[in-house]
Amino acid sequence: MVELIDLVLLGMLAITALRVIFLKDLFAVVMLFGLYSFLSALIFVNLDAVDVAFTEAAVGAGISTVLMLGTLALTGRKEKANNHTALLPLLVVIITGAALIYGTLDMPPFGHPDNPAHQHVAPRYIEESPKEIGLPNMVTSVLASYRAFDTLGETAVVFAAAIGVLSLLGMPKPGGVAIDSGLKSHLVLRVVAKLVIPMTILFALYVQFHGDYGPGGGFQAGVIAAAAVILYALVFGLPLATHVVRPNFLKVLAALGVLIYAGTGVTSFFLGGNFLDYNVLASDPVVGQHIGIIVIEFGIGITVFAAMLGIFYGFAAQAERTNIQ
Amino acid sequence: MSFIVDYYNYWIVVFLMMAGFYIVISANNLVKKIVGLNIFQTSVFMMYISIGKVQGGSAPIVADGITSYSNPLPHVLILTAIVVGVATTAVGLALVVRIKRAYGTVEENEFEDKDALI
Repeated sequence: MVELIDLVLLGMLAITALRVIFLKDLFAVVMLFGLYSFLSALIFVNLDAVDVAFTEAAVGAGISTVLMLGTLALTGRKEKANNHTALLPLLVVIITGAALIYGTLDMPPFGHPDNPAHQHVAPRYIEESPKEIGLPNMVTSVLASYRAFDTLGETAVVFAAAIGVLSLLGMPKPGGVAIDSGLKSHLVLRVVAKLVIPMTILFALYVQFHGDYGPGGGFQAGVIAAAAVILYALVFGLPLATHVVRPNFLKVLAALGVLIYAGTGVTSFFLGGNFLDYNVLASDPVVGQHIGIIVIEFGIGITVFAAMLGIFYGFAAQAERTNIQ
Repeated sequence: MSFIVDYYNYWIVVFLMMAGFYIVISANNLVKKIVGLNIFQTSVFMMYISIGKVQGGSAPIVADGITSYSNPLPHVLILTAIVVGVATTAVGLALVVRIKRAYGTVEENEFEDKDALI
């Protein structure tokens, strides 16, 4: 049954990707890409990667679609007809694809428990992490404790990307003139948004603090919370949103999250452990692990929230500037 | 049939990767190129998650009565990669917006022509 669902969903994914190639209307391309993300999320659930599915649904169908639409609003929605021949790219793609397909025949068969990928560190994570870390969700244990270095690097990359976008696009000025958003006149949209936004923020908090036990964690929570504020900005206009969450506050927040994360590592230094070794944070190693994971997940959450929202503010500020001109 | 089930995921991954690659090298519009890059990227995600799947396994969250779990390591790698992916996509889109402002177009051949004039 799992295989059948896999077969159908992956087939739909391939068709969606194929359609994207031939569409000239970029608005439709972006919408299809949102669909593509949702399909990917379904496939991830089917392949047991619930945490990944969660992230993909929040990021792919939420944030990245909004950012791409924001770009289209500034650059135009039509792709111009392409006059140079598509023969050479097609040839390159077919040859590369054939070589890769030939390569897949040497891959271990899908889903086999004896595959090399399941022999190395995975058995240790699966058998030891519930005892060593004391959390039921192994993904959180690996993400926040065993591979905490790696995750620190990734949080720093998100932070750096936010700096990059803001230096390219700039932040909106707080308390600007309220230009009525086109969506503001839709009563239904306004009422529904008012109902949905508090729930979304509550859900983000749940995901943040329940991530140790079920699917979720700082990355997902940050994205969901940012999506709530983005929805607010889209329906009620950017000036109101910048009133609620000030751009300058976001800058501080983004840096603070990385600082909390790295600070936890330095703290464990001073308590006599290795960098990001949470065992020394409390007298009982398992309790220490719990404290460490909650603190760094919180750091991740606020950095991701601030970075995603800051990036959106950057695009929205550009759009507003263009409208005024 | 088992031969197809064994390799189907990898073949779709290769197909998606090539679809993304084709869009990147053939499209003229920069926004579409970025969509192509994203499709390429998700194909890699799909490959990692496929490798992590264990048949008959369950999601890697400890529960009573479950003996076989899928591999949590690829999930961790891809989870963070998705968030990093959207952040870097945003940098790409921001560059597109600035190119539009500087050249008035996001079609590759058009702003290359303008570059040649300078």
